[in-house]
Amino acid sequence: MPDVQKTEDVIASATLEAVTLLESEANESLASIAIDDKESLEAWRVEILGRNGRLTRILRSLGSVPQGKRRKIGGMANNLKNSLESAYHIRHEAASDAKQRLKKNIDVTLPGRTRLQGRFHPITQTIRDLANAFTSLGFQIVEGPEIEWDHYNFTMLNIPPGHPARDMFDTFFIDHPPNHQGRRKVLRSHTSPMQARMMEKTDPPIRVMVPGRCFRYEATDATHEWHLHQLELLAVDRGITFADLKGTLYEFARRIFGPDRKVRFRCDFFPFVEPGVDMAIDCFKCSGQGCSICKHSGWIEILGAGMVHPNVLEAAGYKADVYTGFAAGIGIERTALLRHGIDDIRLFASNDLRFLSQF
Amino acid sequence: MKIPMSWLKEYVSVDLSPAEIAARLTMAGTEAEVIEGIGQNWSGLVVVGFVKSIRPHPKADRLSLVTVATGNDENLSVEVVCGAPNITTGQKVAYASVGAPLIDPQSGKTKKLKRAKIRGVISEGMICSESELGLGDNHDGIVALDNSAPVGMPLDEYLNETTLDLELTPNRPDCLGIVGVAREVAVLTNCSLIEPATDYIDNGPDADSMASIEVQAIDLCPRYTAVVLKDVVPASSPKWLVDRLAALGQSSVNNIVDITNYVMFELGQPLHAFDLDQVADHRVVVRRALSGERLVTLDGENRKLTSSMLVIADSERPIGLAGVMGGANTQIRKNTKNVLLESATFDGSSIRATSSALGLRTEATIRFEKGLLPGLTEVALKRATRMILEVSGGKAGKGILDVQTNCRQQRSTIRVNQEQISRILGIEFTTKQIESTLRSLGFGIETCNDYFEIRTPYWRPDVTIQEDIAEELARVIGYDAIPMTVISTPIPKWVPNPMRDLRETVRDSLVASGMQETISYPLTTAGAQEQASPPPELPAPIPVLNPLSAERSVMRTTLRSSILETLLRNVRTWRGPISIFEIGRVYLEQGMDLPTEQEMVVGALSGPRTEDTWLGETGSLDFFDAKGIVEGVLDTINLKGQYADFSDKTFASGRCASIAINGMYVGVLGELSQAVLKMSDANLSRITMFEIDIDKLFESMGHDSAKLTNYKPIWKYPESTHDLAIVVDDSITGAAAVTLAERNKLVVRADIFDVYRNRGIPKGSKSLALRIVYQSPNRTLAAGEISKAEKDILISLKRELGAVLRT
Repeated sequence: MPDVQKTEDVIASATLEAVTLLESEANESLASIAIDDKESLEAWRVEILGRNGRLTRILRSLGSVPQGKRRKIGGMANNLKNSLESAYHIRHEAASDAKQRLKKNIDVTLPGRTRLQGRFHPITQTIRDLANAFTSLGFQIVEGPEIEWDHYNFTMLNIPPGHPARDMFDTFFIDHPPNHQGRRKVLRSHTSPMQARMMEKTDPPIRVMVPGRCFRYEATDATHEWHLHQLELLAVDRGITFADLKGTLYEFARRIFGPDRKVRFRCDFFPFVEPGVDMAIDCFKCSGQGCSICKHSGWIEILGAGMVHPNVLEAAGYKADVYTGFAAGIGIERTALLRHGIDDIRLFASNDLRFLSQF
Repeated sequence: MKIPMSWLKEYVSVDLSPAEIAARLTMAGTEAEVIEGIGQNWSGLVVVGFVKSIRPHPKADRLSLVTVATGNDENLSVEVVCGAPNITTGQKVAYASVGAPLIDPQSGKTKKLKRAKIRGVISEGMICSESELGLGDNHDGIVALDNSAPVGMPLDEYLNETTLDLELTPNRPDCLGIVGVAREVAVLTNCSLIEPATDYIDNGPDADSMASIEVQAIDLCPRYTAVVLKDVVPASSPKWLVDRLAALGQSSVNNIVDITNYVMFELGQPLHAFDLDQVADHRVVVRRALSGERLVTLDGENRKLTSSMLVIADSERPIGLAGVMGGANTQIRKNTKNVLLESATFDGSSIRATSSALGLRTEATIRFEKGLLPGLTEVALKRATRMILEVSGGKAGKGILDVQTNCRQQRSTIRVNQEQISRILGIEFTTKQIESTLRSLGFGIETCNDYFEIRTPYWRPDVTIQEDIAEELARVIGYDAIPMTVISTPIPKWVPNPMRDLRETVRDSLVASGMQETISYPLTTAGAQEQASPPPELPAPIPVLNPLSAERSVMRTTLRSSILETLLRNVRTWRGPISIFEIGRVYLEQGMDLPTEQEMVVGALSGPRTEDTWLGETGSLDFFDAKGIVEGVLDTINLKGQYADFSDKTFASGRCASIAINGMYVGVLGELSQAVLKMSDANLSRITMFEIDIDKLFESMGHDSAKLTNYKPIWKYPESTHDLAIVVDDSITGAAAVTLAERNKLVVRADIFDVYRNRGIPKGSKSLALRIVYQSPNRTLAAGEISKAEKDILISLKRELGAVLRT
């Protein structure tokens, strides 16, 4: 009897081992078959699940496993059978699909269906960026005429007829006789005439910006254009100071040229402001070390500004001993040149799509 | 203005580097740049040489062998080969030894000089021409240095003159004198100013016994001062004087004229010397020219004067153009003995007007037109007198002839207190800061109870009001000292700007529909505008008086030619679709008033609808692409346009539509006419263009572009769509059929989804396929209702358009 007992034990453990081994081997070999490799899959099926397959043979040998352990081992073998069969079915279906699917696949790297991409002119983009920055500082947008009286372009701005400062603004004149007041039509040389116009028709306080086209009678080269855009700032109220001017323009420099920008204010002369100032930002190319962009000075001049001259306030009917204000004129082309690293100002009016499509 | 450092340092002993001086001047309002002297890279290899002897080159006729002494030591001699025709023994020359970096006259590049064998003779270095040293363009002969040049001295040291190049602002005529700049430098560097000496001995006869002055034009000449100099000796100027003037680009005339120029550059006051014996009756009259009077000026021009010009005259005739240029009739000659030296103040705008009328801009007019103060005349007069006595001898008459007529231009007194300064600057300076800063600038300052009384100096005509004082303080103390604050006053009341809002919405919408924005010059020519055949009723374009070029000489009255020009410019360089627009103004003349500046938008489309892609052909841009864009723009602002067949010369007839809003014309849309296409000679088969008058669009909206959409509830009962194909005469428009269909009460929308003209349709007719949507807000429509409606629609289509149901 003891011998019989021993033999039965050996059979039971051998069968158990065979089941375990089959489980790992069958799964492994199935995994190694390519998804669309139907032939290997069929070979696998024959080898494992076929009439003479390994699993079938194990199931057949279950009869020799002693009664006591048959239930447990038999259960395990049946579970394995179910799981391998279902794995086979999934793979079988997948293999039939794969062939079909290869035909339906798309090459996702091909370009999408194009639609025309609209773009704003870089000058418009720059004006809008500036306008956004100043809107949030309480400035409203107003606009003025491009053909202007010399009265507003000069006289009201403390540049009377015959004043040498008129030379600072090379001016285009309209070929019309002067009007009955002796005023002449000019292409405005700056957006500053709107300072006088705004103050004439509006009571203080004023906080406006004036974007627009200007004209300078000067020869054109890579850094000079006779046709340009400016954005004028004007803030007038009781108690506006030079310190406000500095703070406002510094904030502008940070928003348009980057939050870490440094600014430099130096004394400059414009007839319609006093004190006058020229603002520069530290060169973002060389960080102040000196390069060709900043002409080796480390600074790039950005705009002219100043406290509105009392003569300008008075001419427009504002009491200069009550109100103070500041004004600034920002060159749009210059701002855009610097922000985009453009090396020729003439490109803006070239309307070359190879240029415009970059912005 | 260029200022040699050596000259500047005569008036201010400053140790700072030129770069530091330039930086401080720049910050304080006068942009300055340092121009380094020549030869910073020579490193002692180019020196003053002395030509000891010359002998012919044994093998070349044109060359000679020159022995050059390069130092005082006899041994320091070299022999070089030289080809210059102007070399002579005893000359001082620029000698470059081997290794010196010289400029190659051909390439302009710097090259190191090599030891060379020239026609068999070794040359130890060379004698240089101007161009090799970078001194000038002359390459024909060698540089001949002055005899006083010390042999062996490095040439850069001998020539060297670092200069400051100042970009002066028009408010600072004082800086048109070197002393003025020196004064700035002194203040900005805490150094003291060394003012030039002005004292002299006036031991001649009384000035008024020798000459008289009469100012008739008192409004144009606030002050006229003069000195009489007896027995002067006109001669060539001493070298130092010639050099000084040369450094400023002024050529030497004679010692007397040169001093007048020297003092002008020194102090900024123009002066003039007359040969007194040529002045009739020794009487000087300052008056307006008589109409038709003529004067030959010092430049030899015979000038016709007008009665608005100020002249210096004697009893008989003009002898000088006041403040502009002297007359030839009284100029200083070799044999001149007695001189009347003038130093006067003239009205700036008068000088400027005369100068521009005659096209004659001189160093004198540049200064006078800025408005000099009368106080400067006397200082400059004394300085010049002293110097003329020094260089040309003679005796100065006793006293100064001085006529003061009009003190309007005298210097100002300004009252200001600390609060007023801080009201402007936003910072309060201390009494001490204010006093010391203004004193250092030469202002007189008196501290009263609660204000300062400030007297401006005679050289600062630009300072007249409190704000000027604020700037003086700020720029000297430093703009950096002023804090940065945000505006603390309330934000002003918002004012709507609906016209601008509309324009920007249109711009956004066009970009959203795939168009590229362009901006072109608003100046053009009438001929260029004609290329686009704009409407003939446009007024003639406004001409510019002083155009830069003939191509940009009038203000545009249409954007059609602008956009066409932009399109054509890109045809050759751009392969894909071109879909561009521009928003800008046209300028329409309004008689004496300012022109009307009308906001317009134009768009132009041409080329393929998209770039060639692997997805296949997409056709080319046409009328309906443009129309879709226009419809999109109008849709964005909640408008529906009406489009009707239209005739406009820019566009092909039968392929052009007017765009109307509520019956009002706002624009046009169509394919360009063959004539325009031909004129543009771009070889394009089709260009589609649209134009919308934004002002009119705004008007058609009742000047209210901000009208918001009124929400309509979404109907909860289902809609039902049915198609209807009819055959109509070719002349019947789709819009007519749609309008009729939409008239039915159950129809919410009708669209044309097919137009068919071929087989099965009689010639001269077409088939229109309508997709009609039926819906009711309060019930689900029954099939019977819909078929009844369909029948009704068909009946009205038959009745009104002669339509037949397509079978």
